[in-house]
Amino acid sequence: MTVTPDLDRRFRDAAAALDLIDVGYDIVDSPIGELLVAASDRGVARIWFDPDSREDLERLARIAGPRVLRSPRSVDDARRELDEYFEGRRRAFDLTLDLSSLPPFTVSVLDELARVPYGETTTYGALAERVGHPRAARAVGAVMNRNRIPIVLPCHRVVGSTGHLTGYAGGLDRKRTLLELEGARRKLSS
Amino acid sequence: MEAVAIPPFERFYEEHRAEVLRLLRRRLGVDRADDAFQETFLRALRAYGRLDHGEHLRAWVLTIAQNVALDTLRRTRPTAELVETAADDHERPAYAELAELTDGLGPKERAAVVLRYGYDLSYDQIAVVLESSPEAARQATSTGVRRIRRRITS
Repeated sequence: MTVTPDLDRRFRDAAAALDLIDVGYDIVDSPIGELLVAASDRGVARIWFDPDSREDLERLARIAGPRVLRSPRSVDDARRELDEYFEGRRRAFDLTLDLSSLPPFTVSVLDELARVPYGETTTYGALAERVGHPRAARAVGAVMNRNRIPIVLPCHRVVGSTGHLTGYAGGLDRKRTLLELEGARRKLSS
Repeated sequence: MEAVAIPPFERFYEEHRAEVLRLLRRRLGVDRADDAFQETFLRALRAYGRLDHGEHLRAWVLTIAQNVALDTLRRTRPTAELVETAADDHERPAYAELAELTDGLGPKERAAVVLRYGYDLSYDQIAVVLESSPEAARQATSTGVRRIRRRITS
C-alpha cells in the first residue's frame, strides 16, 4: 500500500505548519544543478550543492536535531527567490537567514559579503579591510570556503586580487556560471 | 551497551509510512485512514526529539497508530463492516509478544507493559503513545504488572 503524494504532502505541510520540525529541507532545481535548501525556524540555514540523500539527512540531524523532514513548504520563499534569481529577475535576496552559532568574525564577514552588489566582484583583501581586519584576507577566504548559504550569501562575487576566480566550494565552473549570469564575468580576467 | 542511534525523522517516516497506512486502513477503512495517518506521524514527530534511543521504532509507531485508530473509533460511530477484529491482525507486534500475559488488562495498561518490558521503551516514549504524562505511563505500567502478578500467583 503506497502513501499517495497528496497524503504525503498533507503530512509534511502539517508538520511544518505546526512547527514540529528541527529542520525542513527540499531539493531545488537550478541551472547549476540540484541544490539542497534547508531551513530552521530561524530562517534559511543551509544550501548544499550536489545533494546526497543518505549523507545529507545525517548531516542535517547532527546540525539541527533528529526531526529532519523533507518539507517543500519550509523552503517555499527560498525556492521562489532562487528561481527568480536564476531567471535573471531578482538581483537581491530578501530571506531571513539562520546564522546561529557562528563566531562573531564570521558573521561580520558574511554581513559585509551580503552587501557586495549583484554583478560586481570584490577581493578577499577588500572584504577583510571592510570588516576592519585588513590583514585577514586569508581568514576571509576560509569564511567564504565554509559559507553555509552560498548563492544567497554571494561568495561567488569574491575573487583573488589579480582577478582570478581562485576557488569555490561548489567548484569553479559554478562560480563562473553565477558570475556570467550576473553579467560580471566580462569584467574579469580569466 | 551502546544505544542505537535515532535516525533522522525523514528516514523513519519513509521506512514505516506504508505499514502504518496499511494498519490504519484495515482498522478504519480507506476514508478515515488518511486523517489517522497524519495524526499518527504528527504524534510521533512531537515525541521524536525526546527519544533516548532508536530501538524498536517500528513497534513504537505501530502502537501509536493503534491508539490513534482506537481514538478515532471512540470518537466516531464505527461502521461495523469496516472494522476488523484485532484477532485477524498479524501486525500487532507490540501486543503480540506478551499477548498471553497481558490478556485481561485494559488497553492502556497493556500497551504500557508491553512497551516497557517487551520493547524497553522509556516512560517518555510510552507517554506519547498513551497521550499521557510520563508519570501516568509509569503508573499504568506498574498497575499492569501488579495485576499480572496477582493473576499468576493466585
